[in-house]
Amino acid sequence: MYYMATDEDVVVRTSGLRMAYGDRTVLDGVDLAVRTGEVVALLGPNGAGKTTTVEIIEGFRRRDAGDVEVLGVDPERGDDAWRARIGVVLQSWRDHRRWKVRELLAHVADTYRPYARAGAPRPRDVDELLVRVGLSDAAGQRTATLSGGQRRRLDVAVGLVGRPDLLVLDEPTAGLDPAARREFHELLHEVVDLDGTVVLMTTHDLAEAGTVADRILLLAGGRIVADGSPAAVAHQVAGPAEVRWTAGGARHVHSTTDPVAFTRDLLATGEVDDLEVVRASLEDAYLEIVRRHDAGEPLSPTGTPDPRTDAARTEAPR
Amino acid sequence: MTTPAPAAPAHAPARTPSPRAWAVRTGLRRGLAEFRHMLRNPEDIGWNVVVGVALLVYLVTQRDVVVPGSGGLTLPALALPGLLAAVVLFGMVMGPAFALSAEIDDGTVLRMRTLPRGTTTYTVGVVVGQVLGALPMFVILLVPWPFLLGDPVHGGAGGWLAVVGWIALGTLATLPVGIVGGALAGRPTRVMLFVMAPVVALGFVSGVFGAQTIPSWAAGPVQAFPLYWLAHGLRSSTLPPGAEALEVGGAWHPGLAMLVLAAWAVVGLVAAPAVLRRTHARQTASALADRVSALLLRG
Repeated sequence: MYYMATDEDVVVRTSGLRMAYGDRTVLDGVDLAVRTGEVVALLGPNGAGKTTTVEIIEGFRRRDAGDVEVLGVDPERGDDAWRARIGVVLQSWRDHRRWKVRELLAHVADTYRPYARAGAPRPRDVDELLVRVGLSDAAGQRTATLSGGQRRRLDVAVGLVGRPDLLVLDEPTAGLDPAARREFHELLHEVVDLDGTVVLMTTHDLAEAGTVADRILLLAGGRIVADGSPAAVAHQVAGPAEVRWTAGGARHVHSTTDPVAFTRDLLATGEVDDLEVVRASLEDAYLEIVRRHDAGEPLSPTGTPDPRTDAARTEAPR
Repeated sequence: MTTPAPAAPAHAPARTPSPRAWAVRTGLRRGLAEFRHMLRNPEDIGWNVVVGVALLVYLVTQRDVVVPGSGGLTLPALALPGLLAAVVLFGMVMGPAFALSAEIDDGTVLRMRTLPRGTTTYTVGVVVGQVLGALPMFVILLVPWPFLLGDPVHGGAGGWLAVVGWIALGTLATLPVGIVGGALAGRPTRVMLFVMAPVVALGFVSGVFGAQTIPSWAAGPVQAFPLYWLAHGLRSSTLPPGAEALEVGGAWHPGLAMLVLAAWAVVGLVAAPAVLRRTHARQTASALADRVSALLLRG
């Protein structure tokens, strides 16, 4: 994966990002880019280095090597005006327990006031935001009394109140029940659709990444091993789809990255009695990656699939 | 009839404030909010009331006890300056230490770190909140005092002014200690061991109820700490002539008291920001996640 450093739409870019804790290498050359208008999920098993990556992007951790640029600035040199453009949703729910919901959000909003710019009025209107995250009825409640789902919605509001250009969420649905998780996904879609905020989110939950993100970055073994839409990631990590068919009583199986073209040719032969195309599911692909990660096996399974080599490798249908 | 003019917008477009000045102002408001939370918290207020009333009740039972060698002073009159010093020490060391360690533990400090100049806002908030937090105890002790135990301060308005000055200097000398203690402990249970235990021990031997209560072995060591000198300074400004006979060395040393307290303040005001910066830099999501999983494992 290569990205042009001069790309104007790039909001977050890392290249050759490396990080080790003592002897343990956590990030081993991470290259990624997030562009304007995108919702990107950084997906990977626990311990893959997702949190380390976002902490480096947020400017909270120094990297060992590599280049990082967030909103045009190296996070290690980001000033407060830069920080004011980034919203952070933490994996935390115990802070500010004595504060009331509106009181806390207004206090956080206050910290953004000197950083208003033309075209970026900061902070947002607190009451409007409370309505949007569905907490206006809980505005006078102490945060300690909120349910898990309500607290998460407050955390999103805290992340959004400074009208960030980039919102970073670290495992935002950890510990939520399925209903609250779904509600959270809907909220995220809503805020992103309305404002076009760029979102970078970490998760170890594949279904979540597939539901929320336009694009998945699969982090394993300290590298991005797959990058693309959920369907594309399935292709990349699990290799080609299988086409199974019966012709003249005989069963055939053929593996291809371009099943559409293959079946077109196949059907043109006119001998097919029965046909089935089996796509590698994203879940299978992900579980395979996690298994290899845990077992310490090499992670790049089939290399980057290329239809031309694929065609050369397999026999044409009869 | 004309309709009423529309109300002015809640946030009139003002000149953009300087980020640093704004962070300090937001911190002041944060401190006021923390103080409000304390006033509304039955446990916090209850603790102050129980301790304050218990002290007053004890002193009322001792109001006729004349301390020998004091020039005719009663135990309560002799004890008041030391009690005020103890309120400063306990409030300014233990208060910030517990608040800071709890807020490192629960992610509040990390949350503030994600905001622009949030660490400034947070630090100002802690200082303001903790200083205000010591007020209820002063009120509980000093408001009923004249009715129960007579005039608490010898020397009228000048004496009161001196009391305020000593308390301000004592606050500067002790509050950074609390911040350093809380930041280094990082967890309320460790504050109990490393901050609360030494402070309580110091309280027992520093002559809170008058210098005559200092054990002879402790007379030297306690002079290295701010509690003795704050109590001594307060006694020198509020007790009538003759009371100095009970002091270590039998004389007032207000200049030396100021010097020792100022030295603690200078060291503290240099050390606290450095320790706080280190603590803030260590607050990361992964550090918090480690603490949370440790918490879950502890059950």
